[in-house]
Amino acid sequence: MTNAESAMSQEYKDALESLLFQLADDDFMYAYRGSEWLGLAPHIEADIAFSSISQDTMGHAAMYYQLLEDLGAGKADHLAHFRPSEDRKNSILLERVNGEGYYMETPHYDWAYAVVRSVFYTYAKKVKLDSLRESAYLPLADVALKVRMELYYHKMHWDIWFKQLLNSTDVAKKKMNDAIQLVLADFGDVFSFGSHKQAIEKNGLIASEEELKDKWSKLIAPLFQSVQMTTPIIPEPSDKNGRNGKHTSDLEKGLATLSEVNKVDSAAVW
Amino acid sequence: MNAYASLTVERVFEVLMNVKDPEIDSVSIVDLGMVGNVVTEENDVKVTLLPTFLGCPALEIIKENTVKAIKKLPEVENVKVEFIFNPPWTSDRITEKGHIGLRAFGISPPPRHFEEDGTWHVDCAYCGSTYVTMENIFGPTACRSILYCKSCKNVFEAMKPISTLM
Repeated sequence: MTNAESAMSQEYKDALESLLFQLADDDFMYAYRGSEWLGLAPHIEADIAFSSISQDTMGHAAMYYQLLEDLGAGKADHLAHFRPSEDRKNSILLERVNGEGYYMETPHYDWAYAVVRSVFYTYAKKVKLDSLRESAYLPLADVALKVRMELYYHKMHWDIWFKQLLNSTDVAKKKMNDAIQLVLADFGDVFSFGSHKQAIEKNGLIASEEELKDKWSKLIAPLFQSVQMTTPIIPEPSDKNGRNGKHTSDLEKGLATLSEVNKVDSAAVW
Repeated sequence: MNAYASLTVERVFEVLMNVKDPEIDSVSIVDLGMVGNVVTEENDVKVTLLPTFLGCPALEIIKENTVKAIKKLPEVENVKVEFIFNPPWTSDRITEKGHIGLRAFGISPPPRHFEEDGTWHVDCAYCGSTYVTMENIFGPTACRSILYCKSCKNVFEAMKPISTLM
C-alpha cells in the first residue's frame, strides 16, 4: 500500500470504492448486454460496430475493477464475475434484458431499445467522464481521459442510429418513442450515487448528481432538437435504486449466464 | 569486464524494435508509440507501456512478448513491464516509420489533423487516392475503421485517430 492509500480516511475509501463499483458495474452490464447482440444486429456493419463498442466497454469496466483491486477490494476478475446481485451497484437500466427470448434460442430483441439505451447511457457516461477528469483521485482521472477518447466514437455511432430511426418510417418512430419511454422509466438511478452521495460529492471524486443531470440535459438537447423533439426530463430514482444494491431478476439471470464458464473452469482463458 | 556493463536503455530499445502487435506484424510497439519509459538498473529492466485501446485483447500478448524479448538479452536478470495511463496513448505517437509499416500492412495511418468540425480524412492505403468513403468507423479490431477506395475499388482499413481533445 502506498502512502496515499494508507492516508485515506475510511469514509473517503468507502466513497471511492462505491463510486468505482458504480462505474465498473454500469460498463460491465452494458458490455454484457451489448455482447448478447452479437450476430443479431440489423446488418453486418451495425454488428461489427456494436461488438467493438461492447469490447471497448468491457475494457473500461476492467480498468475500474483494476482500480478497485489496487485499493484492496479483491481480484478484478472475481469482482466482475462473482459478486452476488445485491452487491452490484449498476443502474437498473443497464441490467435490463435486450428483449424477449434467449439469445441461444429465439431472441426477439428490440433494436430501438438498444439504440435508445445506448444513446442515453453514452451521454451520461460522457458527462461523468468529463467530470472525472478533475477527480480528486488521480488514478481515476487518468483512466477517465483514456476512456473518454474511446467513447468519442461510440457517441458518434449511436447519434447516427438515433437520428436515422427517428427520421425514418412511422413504424420506426413509434418503436423509438416506445423505447424512449422504457429507458426513461429506468433512468432515475443513472445519476444517483445512492447512499454514498454525500461522501462522494464532498470528497471531490466527481461532480454532484444535480450538476451531472444538468450537463446531460444540455449535452443531449441538440440531438433531440435535430429530430424535432423536446429533451426529456430525468426522473427521480425509484425505490429500486441499483446504486443501493436493489435490482431486478434480469440481473441475477444475467450474472448466472456470464459467470457460467468461469464457474465450470476457473483456469479457462480465451 | 563487468557482466552487466553493456545493459543500456539503447540495448533494450533495440530489442523492443522487434516486438510487434500480433495483429499488425509490420510495426513495432516502439513505432506504434506504445513504449513509455525504459529504465535499467544493474541487471534489471523496467518498461512502461501505453495501452492503445483498453479492451484490446492483444495487450496481454504484447506485454508477455515484451518480457520474453527483453529476457533474451543475456545480461538481463529481472524484467518488469506494466501498463500506465498517464500519459495516455494517442495516435500522434505513431512514428513516421510506423506510418510506413501500417501502409505496408494495408492500413492507412491515422490522420495527423482533424477538420474544424471534428471529422477527419485519410487516403487509400493501397493506391493513395483521396477518393474514398467510410464504410464503418468500427472495424476488425478496436483501433481500426473500414473504408472503400473508389479509385482502385479496394476495401481498406485505417487506424482511428485518437486524441485527448476528444
